[in-house]
Amino acid sequence: MATATVPPAPSAKTNRIGLEMSIYKGSKSTLCAGCGHNAISERIIEACYEMGVEPHRVAKFSGIGCSSKSPAYFLNSAYGMNAVHGRMPSVATGALLANRNLFAVGVSGDGDTASIGVGQFIHLMRRNLPIIYIIEDNGCYGLTKGQFSATADVGSKLKTGVVNDLPPIDTCALAIQLGATYVARSFSGDKRQLLALIKGALAHNGTAMLDVISPCVTFNDHEGSTKSYSYVKDHDEPVADVSFVPFFEDITVDYDPGTTTSITMHDGSQVLLRKINEEFDPTNKGAALQMLTESHDKGEIVTGLFYVDPKRENFIDQLNVLDEPLATLPESKVRPSREVLEQVMQSLM
Amino acid sequence: MATTHIEPQVDAISAGRAPIINDLSIQVATVNGSGSQTANLVLLRAIFQMGIPVSGKNLFPSNIAGLPTWFTIRASKDGYIARRRDSEYMVAMNPETAEEDVLGLKAGAVCIYDERLNLKRLRDDIVFYPIPFDTLVTPVCPDARLRKLVRNMVYDGVLAKLLGIEMEEIQKALQKQFRKKAKAAELNWNAARVGFEFAEKNLVKADVHTLQRMDATHGKILIEGNAATALGSMFAGVTVVTWYPITPSSTVCETLTDYMKRYRIDKETGKATFAIVQAEDELAALGMALGAGWAGARSMTATSGPGVSLMSEFTGFGYYVEIPTVIFDIQRVGPSTGLPTRTAQGDILSTALLSHGDTKHPMLLPCSPAECFSMAIEAFDLAEDMQTPIFVMTDLDLGMNTWMSDTFPYPEKPIARGKVLSADDVRRMGGFERYKDVDGDGIGYRTLPGTPDRLSGWMARGSGHNEKAIYSERADVYVNNVDRLARKFENSRHKVPAPITVEAAKPDVGIIAYGTSHWALIESLEQLRHEQNIDAGYLRLRAYPFAQEVHDFINRYQRIYVVDQNRDAQMLGLLRLECSAAQIAKLRSVRHYDGSSLDARSVTDEIVSQEAAK
Repeated sequence: MATATVPPAPSAKTNRIGLEMSIYKGSKSTLCAGCGHNAISERIIEACYEMGVEPHRVAKFSGIGCSSKSPAYFLNSAYGMNAVHGRMPSVATGALLANRNLFAVGVSGDGDTASIGVGQFIHLMRRNLPIIYIIEDNGCYGLTKGQFSATADVGSKLKTGVVNDLPPIDTCALAIQLGATYVARSFSGDKRQLLALIKGALAHNGTAMLDVISPCVTFNDHEGSTKSYSYVKDHDEPVADVSFVPFFEDITVDYDPGTTTSITMHDGSQVLLRKINEEFDPTNKGAALQMLTESHDKGEIVTGLFYVDPKRENFIDQLNVLDEPLATLPESKVRPSREVLEQVMQSLM
Repeated sequence: MATTHIEPQVDAISAGRAPIINDLSIQVATVNGSGSQTANLVLLRAIFQMGIPVSGKNLFPSNIAGLPTWFTIRASKDGYIARRRDSEYMVAMNPETAEEDVLGLKAGAVCIYDERLNLKRLRDDIVFYPIPFDTLVTPVCPDARLRKLVRNMVYDGVLAKLLGIEMEEIQKALQKQFRKKAKAAELNWNAARVGFEFAEKNLVKADVHTLQRMDATHGKILIEGNAATALGSMFAGVTVVTWYPITPSSTVCETLTDYMKRYRIDKETGKATFAIVQAEDELAALGMALGAGWAGARSMTATSGPGVSLMSEFTGFGYYVEIPTVIFDIQRVGPSTGLPTRTAQGDILSTALLSHGDTKHPMLLPCSPAECFSMAIEAFDLAEDMQTPIFVMTDLDLGMNTWMSDTFPYPEKPIARGKVLSADDVRRMGGFERYKDVDGDGIGYRTLPGTPDRLSGWMARGSGHNEKAIYSERADVYVNNVDRLARKFENSRHKVPAPITVEAAKPDVGIIAYGTSHWALIESLEQLRHEQNIDAGYLRLRAYPFAQEVHDFINRYQRIYVVDQNRDAQMLGLLRLECSAAQIAKLRSVRHYDGSSLDARSVTDEIVSQEAAK
């Protein structure tokens, strides 16, 4: 008889909210094989899975360029908007004004951010909008076949032999100076550091700006480029070893307290930094800016969490809007009464 | 013995000349930044309070202080509120322009002026009333810094005496203007009073214009179009407002901010039911409005021509992603410096087809504060119904001038949020396709970010997407999509505000106008009828795309005059895109584009001259 004693299927591994990793995946990437951007998408997927982010609350934003295609390659069940070139900050701002409960993840590129979009980038940083803003930084325009961007270093050479002779914009220094409250740089190939930084960013309540050096394998991964895999690997100087402990896990880390700084994020999570550079204090704006300037002069690419301020009020809180999303308020909350109109009319008579 | 010239001691009306009652245009020439706006608005309001239909037009420079400004107040017993080309009264306060101002007057006009300017020498065919402004104002305003600001109130007093404006109404208007600033109200009142007393003692009225109490403004309000737009937006339930300052639109969002702080704070929590953000530029202003519209807010921005240009790319994006938002364009004269503070219907053609690729956008065309209010509400409903950016095209004349208006009726229709699916809907349907034309009206169903169902998520992108909102560059997918967008646009012809038509008995002349031209038009129709025996039909466009009624109207008349406040006959151009060859052959153009608001005489003269040449 078929009174089946079907063996229970081995339960798939799930995260703390009971979702499988597959829910966090995206469509198949159409970027070049080996593109650093794909590695970043993978870290976003891991970070969201491990942190138990609810996919339907995630709103993904991007502008235009290779980088801006990548929101399609993670969190397929989330919402997304691939906007126009350089204008991702504004659409993200609007969406968060409409629904403050969204988790905003913005992905931009160095051209999208530092050239055409530098105006909106600057104002986003000033506002401290609660968003994770990732720059997939390869120092060139990939989608239009390899022109220089504004983050290309002086002396950097294109495949075509063209040499860049203008100084780069340091998006991290800019972000720190303008008021972003979580500013880091990483390298797409550094899995461990990048994952910790993204998880820290997910726990942060304010603008988390991550500049991720992400070599362009097609147009900017050759000798003479300062954003190639080999160049970054040779010149990477972490300022601190970053670990992240989410609020739902106990802190049992074997750091030597004397060399560790712990930063408590607003949700109770901890960012742990093991100091490599003894002077480095990621809560000191001035020191962070000085460190960036000095390392730049030395030709080093410093990575790590440069600056964090978990206390500054974010833009949405500053506006004193209701806790529930404005988008779905009922008519009774958004259309004043007949008496109000009458009162206004009387005052104009 | 020396002979002295003796002025007539008996005023003109007592001497037997027929008075002209409640039909008068007063032009006040001042320097901006001199407090003249207060004096002018008090005058306007006092006449309004006397029950006389009145309008005010401010012609001001793009400058904070020191450049010439002209304010025209028209009182009309017949209720005409368009600007008049000529004024019967001139108040010449600006030394820089006084001579030109006086030389421009028609014979028989009246000029009140600062006696130091010695204007009397210029002409002997007008009536002069010299006033020693400084001598009068000094004793009532000892503080020299304030004197410049209250000096203009003296002419309010002089005019009150000469024209019969009741001083109690001047006082009431002042109190309304200054509300809680009792001291400022008193200073200004004293200045008006000395003006009145001076005129009473020293001037003999030599003209025949008077103002007399009527009952034609009862229950009416005085309001600027931009304030009406703001009120309409508030009652439409706007939740996200993102904007960038630009004349003449700034007061839309500034007034809205004031009203929202007053009437849209949640009583239980003390928190705002709205977010208002001043963006870094117009690109960001529309980007934010679109982000908010995508996420489900009722969002808006307000701008003018240069801002609309900057919003071009995002508008196309909104068109293709199909995001509801409302863009108020308070139109003005062209780009950069020069005449940003002068009115025009300058953005009609460029806005209708704004952006790149195949795009076209509905435009609503209010003519009055009452329509600014009602069309703002319609625009938000339409935007969410059609899932597209809706433009509301007003202009500087409507937006920034003070208009007499009926009170606004409370919106009776509940707020309509369009086709939005809940998580339950999506679950029941087993998924959804964002751009599928399920109902055959070209409009798909959308989910809002945050909707808690795994199948609700979707990715918004520009022109290249299939019905499931997935990236696609396939030719057939693209064509299907743009054809559906065209169907959606076609279907909106009967959703947008319908034109209003007044038919003529004879099928000779039809006139098409829109927006603020309406006020000159209704007066011009009377002039044509009474002076030229031309009985013209009139259709007022209230929206684009055009309804069938517009084609019917063009078919009905032999000659159609399309009135545009721009050089290139933009609305006529837009009509040509949709008209048959036979219809196009009927279209003629009446254009006004000097930056001033349209007056009836200009329209009448142009039509008469073209009719004569037919």
